[in-house]
Amino acid sequence: MCLGIPVKIVEKKGSVGIGEIGGVKREVDLRLVNNVKVGDYVILHAGFAIQVLDEKEAEEMLSLLREVFERL
Amino acid sequence: MKYIDEYRDSKLCEKLASQIAKIAKGKYITLMEVCGTHTMSIARYGIKNLLPPNIQLLSGPGCPVCVTADADIDKAIAYAEKENIILTTFGDMMKVPGTFSSLSTEKSKGREIKVVYSAADALQLAISNPEKIVVFLGVGFETTIPTVAVSILDAKMNGIKNYYVLSMHKLIPPALRALLDDKEVCVDGFILPGHVSTIIGVEAYKVIPEEYGVACAITGFEPVDILQGILLLVKQIVYGKPRVENQYRRVVKEHGNPKAQRLIEEVFEPTDCEWRGLGVIPRSGLKIKDKYSDFDIEKKIKIKIQKRKKNTRCICGEILRGVKTPLDCTLFGKRCTPENPVGPCMVSSEGTCAAYYKYGFNSRAMQEEKL
Ligand code: SF4
Repeated sequence: MCLGIPVKIVEKKGSVGIGEIGGVKREVDLRLVNNVKVGDYVILHAGFAIQVLDEKEAEEMLSLLREVFERL
Repeated sequence: MKYIDEYRDSKLCEKLASQIAKIAKGKYITLMEVCGTHTMSIARYGIKNLLPPNIQLLSGPGCPVCVTADADIDKAIAYAEKENIILTTFGDMMKVPGTFSSLSTEKSKGREIKVVYSAADALQLAISNPEKIVVFLGVGFETTIPTVAVSILDAKMNGIKNYYVLSMHKLIPPALRALLDDKEVCVDGFILPGHVSTIIGVEAYKVIPEEYGVACAITGFEPVDILQGILLLVKQIVYGKPRVENQYRRVVKEHGNPKAQRLIEEVFEPTDCEWRGLGVIPRSGLKIKDKYSDFDIEKKIKIKIQKRKKNTRCICGEILRGVKTPLDCTLFGKRCTPENPVGPCMVSSEGTCAAYYKYGFNSRAMQEEKL
């Protein structure tokens, strides 16, 4: 029940955003997070963005894993 | 989809799995995934089949639907029976059996019970039905609780007088402590819930390695995430260095989401609460603060529920503590199926019995468990 999916914020009006996932658009309440910009990915849960996804962290983790395993 | 597909890379999964086997070196390790979403992902991606036989994965009490006690379902039904009340709930709660009935049975009898996607939708329903009392069944963990807090604050700000919450919310850290204090439960490490942690952060779990010596990894939900989380745990256990690691750093911050935490604190306060399988755990639930009692249905209409014993052979309680698996249940797959569920672990789409039923009756890990 704590399911949360990454959606891209494509529009923003005050604390209401429009998120897009797989071509489907829906409203996202942005009041639980700070400083969301259009283009950011957020984790959507029960209508709310509960966190902004850290894209740098996401990419670093994957490239680190790939690097480690290439050396093995 | 971005930030999903790349975490499903099967090559990376295989490499992680072989690294896990190499480091564990035949050592018998028991890990518990606490979150129902993890249970589902582990089953869906066949993670158990990728792991060496010496690593056992158990499911814990991390599905809010499954840990709701019979008496609480009875209470929700009692409210739904009242004149003039529309009870709103997440869909997963509909089929959960209470002592004698379920919300979906009551709905078919003509009670006004509606499935909503969020507490905000329930509030909208209250606004468009001013002559009715709309009650939202507040079930869920830290992930969901702030969204319910916002609905109460919105109702207050907009002067909505017919919106109420029945708060049955539960908190994960006290449940983990209760599990660790239970002598029957044996776990070496916890795969910690990613989205609960998004709200509460890393710090909330520090007592687990410090006081109990049990390994911890906050983990995301895709197969690469889960295998990497398991690798972190196996390393902590094999090297004897338990701590709280954060595999899901792209989403979980050290201090969680302080804004969401403040909203929870504004509206709710801790209270003792009963969990199916675990009994009453001190300060593991949340009730609405007096300040917001105008939105607390239990303050407006008092209902006393008598605890009654129900006799089924369902062992959900033991499954939720990780001391039994669905294969130990004589009803599993026979009298109890997702179409005709006997217990909540089969009802909930994230329940352990439902996961076992849906994915891989025949998987290797399950065959071995049977032996
Ligand atoms: S299989 Fe059904 S009856 Fe058995 S423990 Fe699971 S939910 Fe309960």
